[in-house]
Amino acid sequence: MRKIELADVTAKVRSMFIDACENIPANVLERLKRAEREEQSPLGKEVIGKIIENDELAADKRLPVCQDTGVAVVMLTIGSEVVFEGDIYEAVNEGVRQAYTEGYLRKSVVKHPLDRVNTKDNTPAIVHVKIVPGDIFKVDVAPKGGGSENMSTVKMLIPADGVEGIKKLVLDTVFKAGGKPCPPVIVGIGIGGNFEKCALMAKEALFREIDDRSPDPIAAKLEDELLEEINKLGVGPMGFGGTVTCLAVKVNVFPCHIASLPVAINIQCHAARHKSCTL
Amino acid sequence: MIKITTPVDEKLIKSLRAGDVVHITGVIYTGRDAAHKRLCELLKRGESLPIDVKDAVIYYVGPTPAKPGRAIGSAGPTSSYRMDPYAEPLLKEGLKVMVGKGSRGEEFKQLLKKYGAVYLSAIGGAAASISETVKKCEVVTYEDLGAEAIHRLEVEDFYAIVTYDSVGGDLFEQGVAKYKRI
Ligand code: SF4
Repeated sequence: MRKIELADVTAKVRSMFIDACENIPANVLERLKRAEREEQSPLGKEVIGKIIENDELAADKRLPVCQDTGVAVVMLTIGSEVVFEGDIYEAVNEGVRQAYTEGYLRKSVVKHPLDRVNTKDNTPAIVHVKIVPGDIFKVDVAPKGGGSENMSTVKMLIPADGVEGIKKLVLDTVFKAGGKPCPPVIVGIGIGGNFEKCALMAKEALFREIDDRSPDPIAAKLEDELLEEINKLGVGPMGFGGTVTCLAVKVNVFPCHIASLPVAINIQCHAARHKSCTL
Repeated sequence: MIKITTPVDEKLIKSLRAGDVVHITGVIYTGRDAAHKRLCELLKRGESLPIDVKDAVIYYVGPTPAKPGRAIGSAGPTSSYRMDPYAEPLLKEGLKVMVGKGSRGEEFKQLLKKYGAVYLSAIGGAAASISETVKKCEVVTYEDLGAEAIHRLEVEDFYAIVTYDSVGGDLFEQGVAKYKRI
């Protein structure tokens, strides 16, 4: 058995959120630089240039990359040989509370979806837990902005819709979203499972590294084809028209019912903030 | 690149075309959903506004808290379509420029023609860079709304792109039509 101190979890979550908000991952920045070279619209090129300039300035001066420092999404991977005393959710929320109140981040969470009073510390976080064998304790965090989250969708397709149906749904979703989710975007897709499982898979897909590829050959093929087709939509950087609408497509899959083909699409803006660490 | 100073010149605003890049220098006001709602309620009751919107610029933004020594926190645009229902009462009072991000409704575009106004986009997510162009920031009213309060910003060379002009031009439509290949 390996003991984890919840105070360490809180401290880690605090520093990871501040760090994530100020520093775009190096591989995302690299991908943006490639997009700047490849973009054919002169205005689109200029816009990506401004995004890169912003991300470098933010890192340099330790400022949040975007004013929407999001809802705090936390994925915990906990080994079955790990023990801790107390409330792990509260430990995570305390880290979020400290990051947002002490780290000059915007508080964007309301306590009730209908009376809409701000909680003033960006809690509660959305926490997902996965139990695995061994003694690992891994924390992944992502501040997720509202602009891109609002453009996401879940749809229960039927098996007859197949790959073509999925592609149509993805292309429609990205095209209709236009400039609203701050393109160039990353598209996370969950296929299979059931209603709630596919939504979670779409989010998990966005936690993957921007330059990885699905180990599943069918999913990997779909990632390549969708990336190419989305970039033919012409939406372009910030929706002003162009050849780079999407930086990467991530497809996660899971077994499903013989009658179902659940599909979820989670859109991530160019401010793809994500940090990962193992305690 | 076209320079705009505030209060804006009506003729210059009408001459802007979708796709033009502008730099704004002068005073702009901030406002999001909650502040817009209150402004429109005042007008409905026949009361006067706490800010002079005639020939003014309103920027849809809810910044992060400012770090010590900085005028403002990171301050990129928020999605504009949510402010569509509040546009006409303010345009009637003489508002000429709105700055945000993303597409808006067809009705809103018609209003711009009717009132000779424009909609500009700032670059979504370029919030740290934008904060560098804000030299001064103070709360005008609705302090209780926090980041959503109405602020008066003094800006220098604030970068924006004309998205909908006053003659029906739409950068989204024009740009996408040019690059769509599917
Ligand atoms: S969609 Fe992303 S980049 Fe755009 S404002 Fe929201 S968080 Fe920022």
